[in-house]
Amino acid sequence: MNKLKSMKKSTRKNLFTYLLVIIAYLLIQLLQGQGLLTRSLQGQLVPVCCYIVMALSLNLVVGISGELSLGHAGFMSVGAFSGVVAAMALRSSIASPALRLMIAIIVGAALAAVAGFIVGVPVLRLQGDYLAIVTLAFGQIIVNILQCVYMGVDAAGLHFRFDNADLGMTDGTTIISGPKGTVTVEKISSFTAGFFLILITLFIVLNLVNSRSGRAIMAIRDNRIAAESVGINVTKYRLMAFVTASALAGAAGALYGLNYSSIDPSKFDYNTSILVLVFVVLGGLGNMWGSIIAATFLTVLPEAMRGFEDYRMLVYAIVLILVMLATNNDQLKGLLSRMIPKRKEAVKHG
Amino acid sequence: MAEKSFQKGKMVPVPSHSIIPERDLSEFPVLECSHLGIDFGGLQAVNEFNIVIGRTEIAGLIGPNGAGKTTVFNLLTKVYHPTRGTILLKGVDTAGKTTSQINRMGIARTFQNIRLFSNMSVEDNVKVGLHNQVCYSMPSGVLRLPSYWKKEKQAHERALELLSIFDMQDLANHQAASLPYGAQRRLEIVRALATGPSLLLLDEPAAGMNPSETAELMENIVKIRDTFHIAIMLIEHDMNLVMGICEGICVLNFGQIIAKGTAEEIQSNPTVIEAYLGKQQGGAQDA
Amino acid sequence: MMTFLGYLVSGISLGSVYAIIALGYTMVYGIAKMLNFAHGDVIMVGAYISFCATNYLSLPAWLSVLLAIIVCTVLGVVIEGLAYRPLRQAGSLAVLITAIGVSYFLQNAAQLIWTSNTKIFTSIVSIPSLRLFGGQLTITGEAIVTVLTCILIMAGLTFFTGATRMGKAMRACSEDKGAAQLMGINVNFTISMTFAIGSALAAVAGVLLCSSYNTLIPTTGAMPGIKAFTAAVFGGIGSIPGALLGGILLGIIEIFASGYISYQLSNAIVFAVLIIVLLVKPSGLLGKYTPEKV
Repeated sequence: MNKLKSMKKSTRKNLFTYLLVIIAYLLIQLLQGQGLLTRSLQGQLVPVCCYIVMALSLNLVVGISGELSLGHAGFMSVGAFSGVVAAMALRSSIASPALRLMIAIIVGAALAAVAGFIVGVPVLRLQGDYLAIVTLAFGQIIVNILQCVYMGVDAAGLHFRFDNADLGMTDGTTIISGPKGTVTVEKISSFTAGFFLILITLFIVLNLVNSRSGRAIMAIRDNRIAAESVGINVTKYRLMAFVTASALAGAAGALYGLNYSSIDPSKFDYNTSILVLVFVVLGGLGNMWGSIIAATFLTVLPEAMRGFEDYRMLVYAIVLILVMLATNNDQLKGLLSRMIPKRKEAVKHG
Repeated sequence: MAEKSFQKGKMVPVPSHSIIPERDLSEFPVLECSHLGIDFGGLQAVNEFNIVIGRTEIAGLIGPNGAGKTTVFNLLTKVYHPTRGTILLKGVDTAGKTTSQINRMGIARTFQNIRLFSNMSVEDNVKVGLHNQVCYSMPSGVLRLPSYWKKEKQAHERALELLSIFDMQDLANHQAASLPYGAQRRLEIVRALATGPSLLLLDEPAAGMNPSETAELMENIVKIRDTFHIAIMLIEHDMNLVMGICEGICVLNFGQIIAKGTAEEIQSNPTVIEAYLGKQQGGAQDA
Repeated sequence: MMTFLGYLVSGISLGSVYAIIALGYTMVYGIAKMLNFAHGDVIMVGAYISFCATNYLSLPAWLSVLLAIIVCTVLGVVIEGLAYRPLRQAGSLAVLITAIGVSYFLQNAAQLIWTSNTKIFTSIVSIPSLRLFGGQLTITGEAIVTVLTCILIMAGLTFFTGATRMGKAMRACSEDKGAAQLMGINVNFTISMTFAIGSALAAVAGVLLCSSYNTLIPTTGAMPGIKAFTAAVFGGIGSIPGALLGGILLGIIEIFASGYISYQLSNAIVFAVLIIVLLVKPSGLLGKYTPEKV
């Protein structure tokens, strides 16, 4: 206990975050074993894991690096499509689905990292809202290009066509079919894989933030000119955060893609990027713990409101606006702190 | 007061491997500017700026508001790229270098409007300054390899050591933005020192300080020069500070150097007096 | 050659719609410094109002447009007052997320009221098509009306921001709200007026867009909204002539890309051009670049 107290506040918070994830995983496994989870909730487990990884990685870009990115789902789509292709192509040579899933996630992460690098080099020369609109544009371009990709596999190997549905295969399986996206995918994602991916993501993000490179990234966020003046290579560290986040988004994408038998590329358009941004902002910029909670609740919430089918998204929108007003308006904040005395101190410091 | 801070505690504020001797004539001067100038549109913001600064000199750059003093600092640190002229740093040409490269070559600076990493702790601000002094790669940081633990320990110790110059080691865990104004200015100096410079540029270090704080700052500037054996160039409006500690002073007006010399020479220079106070009534009648 | 001219005409026509939306976007951005993601959905509301007025109330076309303008103007002012004004001191990200919330709200409210079924929007334009070169080139009545409206709006806005008291107040607020307030300008009222004008323009754009494309669903406004914002950035955000130029160029590029290169890739090409322009000229075609002062 004494040792816990002597730890730095950030270290304690990080340990708490890991613990939270592990406990949640065990709890869900227990509930699932008892058959207490509804079907729709079970179906949500893998997507929730993917969105948590997405939120954590976007938090690295928006919260830690301070760049507003509106195209994060684009990297997810790169990971999803390349991961699906890798898993399907290896179906005959590797028997174990878990191993195939692992390879698919690594391939997805690697290709998304490449995409992140290609996008990041030009984009990170811009700043603020310009950067935001260009990341949005890149996200749309990636999705648009994927809508023109046709891929299949047969005995001779992989076949690829661009903007042309004729793959020239006689007895192969089509994997990607243009605007229809991935088709006839063997679903090999699992909740346990998602859990480990979250842990790995947390490990990478938290360790990066609390290292020399992380400090450089945050220094650039806080004051770019001062960071340059103390000898930090601004482009290098902005790119480091961006590419790392892209790779993690790609890993999440691969897991996501292998959880459905088919996915349309437009699933990854700017609406998804914005959805993930909402998780990050509501969870708190730079607050990884908050991202996990926000991603979980906001993914499960609309599902849980299935009873009010028609009104659920409307309620979601209103809740979103009210939360933003309540947390960002000084008068409302004051009102809240008067009603809840415990918050007073936090407001004073904030 | 400053004396005390150096004796207090076990930590020694002396740089771990300071080897640069007192002004060594066989070495290049730390800074040599010749014919330096920059135009903004049609305006010559700085022109024909020639200056040489010795290895352990404290130099002052003064002049009325808008004379181009901060622009000179921005030229030296390549925030702006000069239109004309050359800057030699320890004999090496700095043409085409970026701001961060300039820092690695040996110039560190503070800013007129304080630029701290305001959401980070005081210690982390200094550690960012140590970025190129205590290095390990991103993978060893993420994977927590042995080099991470070793270098982080070094960085921590060095940061506290540097903070002790201004007796600020107790503030290490505070958020930089929460510090009082004077402490923020001091932290900026510590952060600049952390980068291991041979030339430290201070842009109005005493701005917003009261006389006793300024007196303490003067002592500390001299102390920094003496312990780190570096050159310091400062912009300041407080003439007591400038005249008190600067060995050489350069006066700038409308982007041109109008006088150079020691404190006494500058104080009695008629051109300088005219630049600051305007032409005297008698002079106007004569014309 | 005739195909080229045909594409050019439809490009300019589509571009004019983008330009009208972009004008609203750019004015709001200039003064409130926020990415108003809900702007595209105001377009959709305008189109639905006009649709209802003609189909259910059997009002004449001009009256339905007027009604759409009035409803959208009120909507814009209400959104600004309820959702954005309380956040004037807050960070830009908080405002952005709120705008996204408003966008979700409008889309889902529209879905509740009008269902997600596609509505067939009958054009409000009754001018016949113009046939040139012996019928080889047809310019639709919609295209003519759209381009003319765009020119009129542009001229009106230029006069308004340049010569009227309110317009000058707007420009002052977009430069420096604090200083404008000290000079006796009612900043809140000025910002409200900007949203009113932007939303009125969105209503006009919505009606024109749906007159040309004839289909209407609750997400009709989303993509044109994003494209128009792209157009505003393309031309230099905050600049009124920039929004016009950006909008028209974007429309032409989009139509040419889908006609000559690939329909599938037309959006990708439009966004690629935006990226190239911003990399060469980081503040857009007509924007002015202000580096941070050290």
